[in-house]
Amino acid sequence: MSAQINAAETLLSVSTAPYIKSEDTVSKIMWKVNLALAPAAIFGVIYFGVPALINIVVSIIAAVAAEYAVQKIRKVRITAFDGSAFLTGLLLAMCISPEMPPYMTAIGSAIAIVIAKHSMGGLGQNIFNPAHIGRAALMVSWPIAMTTWSTIKTPVDAVTSATPLGILKLQGYSELLETFGGRSELYKALFLGMRNGSIGETCTVLLIIGGLFLVWKKIINWQIPVVMIATVGVLTWIFGPEGFFTGDPVFHMMAGGLIIGAFFMATDMVTAPITKRGQIIFAIGAGMITSLIRLKGGYPEGVCYSILLMNCVTPLIDLVIKPRIYGTGR
Amino acid sequence: MRNLWNIYKKGLIDENPIFVLALSLCPALAVTTSVVNAFTMGLSVMFVITANNVSVSLIRNLVNPKVRVPVYITSIATIVTFVELVLEAFAPLLYKELGIYLALVVVFAIILARAEVFASKNKVIPSFFDGLGMGSGFTLAMVIIGVIRELLGSGTILGHTILGAWYNPALIMILPPGAFLLIGYMIGGLKVYEAKKAKKLREVDAQ
Repeated sequence: MSAQINAAETLLSVSTAPYIKSEDTVSKIMWKVNLALAPAAIFGVIYFGVPALINIVVSIIAAVAAEYAVQKIRKVRITAFDGSAFLTGLLLAMCISPEMPPYMTAIGSAIAIVIAKHSMGGLGQNIFNPAHIGRAALMVSWPIAMTTWSTIKTPVDAVTSATPLGILKLQGYSELLETFGGRSELYKALFLGMRNGSIGETCTVLLIIGGLFLVWKKIINWQIPVVMIATVGVLTWIFGPEGFFTGDPVFHMMAGGLIIGAFFMATDMVTAPITKRGQIIFAIGAGMITSLIRLKGGYPEGVCYSILLMNCVTPLIDLVIKPRIYGTGR
Repeated sequence: MRNLWNIYKKGLIDENPIFVLALSLCPALAVTTSVVNAFTMGLSVMFVITANNVSVSLIRNLVNPKVRVPVYITSIATIVTFVELVLEAFAPLLYKELGIYLALVVVFAIILARAEVFASKNKVIPSFFDGLGMGSGFTLAMVIIGVIRELLGSGTILGHTILGAWYNPALIMILPPGAFLLIGYMIGGLKVYEAKKAKKLREVDAQ
């Protein structure tokens, strides 16, 4: 009897034919994600102008070229044009400043593909989100260029060249409200994307539409983005600047790269846990680290590092959270 | 003579302390931010490893195996103290730059490893050449890493500006992650080279 159970546990059970072939291929999924990102990227180009367009184009070309070159050198099948390198390049460009010198963007893009993706074994093998590794490498290499933002006008005609989170970190919340002319104006600016920041992270509404499109197409689960954003909201509300429950969760949920990070980076199929329960743990962890860095850390924004840090523990989460095998004990 | 040359040579590439044995990575990460620092550290370690190999080899038949490690460490510590005092007296600036890492030479894995693996089992002259070879390999590796890191991380070599004002130094290269990446890729490159060499040898054998 026990031998039978053992056999049932170790053997992979395969049902009999016929099978349904899934419509989704890597390439199709990747192009859908690119499509979901497109509105926010186009908005970034319109809002920040030519430098943003140059950075996006350079980043994508560098990523595809790096992928092509590495696959040539590794003598594996060339899949540089399947949309995945395109996606890495686009995502990287969307989370850096529009004022970034393009050659630095290209280096970051190449680092993302060569070091973060192909050194680990290529598509599906990487431990960390490639675009975020590229961003982290750029942040460490050229911190000044990475934190030089465009000069924009706020609704009350105040000229600023800092991001909302940067103003919050250095000058405080009241200064932030003053710059944008009140709380509702601030929320409106964040929601519509009329604020400083990385190329593609500003327009909350378009990013959410893109994210919902992916949820509808069943490419991502709603759990990761919703739980991650909610965790940040709750924590920043509780640990406010003037004691408990004085924070501004709405601002924190829309500011910085949280929306794009939660919908498009944390949900990366390769680097997030497989099970839904695992994904929720992952999202809570990422939200907690983001809040910690924003409220107590040296950097104004922490989405990139929080997702990279949670990528580290993804294999552990998958090891601990295993779906129960049907027919075995709880 | 040829034998001694072989003992010397193996430390350079085939058993390079950093790239092949992967011992003493701590100094390779910490003090290779500039060529001068890397070279000084390399020479210091070369001196310590050679002198220690000689002294361990001399007393190898007198030491009870049970207490050999404390004995070796005492010998290394004596030599390191000597190097430290010399550097402090004649190159105080470098001494300051290297800081704690100079004192840490006492516990570098590579030095104890050579005493244990080679000097305690061989005569004085081979031990001398083993230390010299390992030290040279260590220095070579340190200088190579130092050149690349200083060039990319500060745009200079030995303090002279090589890459002009147009180059915006990539700070990652003078921070620990840059060193980890660089050493990782260099070890990887060496492995590819070795695999190719071994394949060629097999093909020659097959014919």
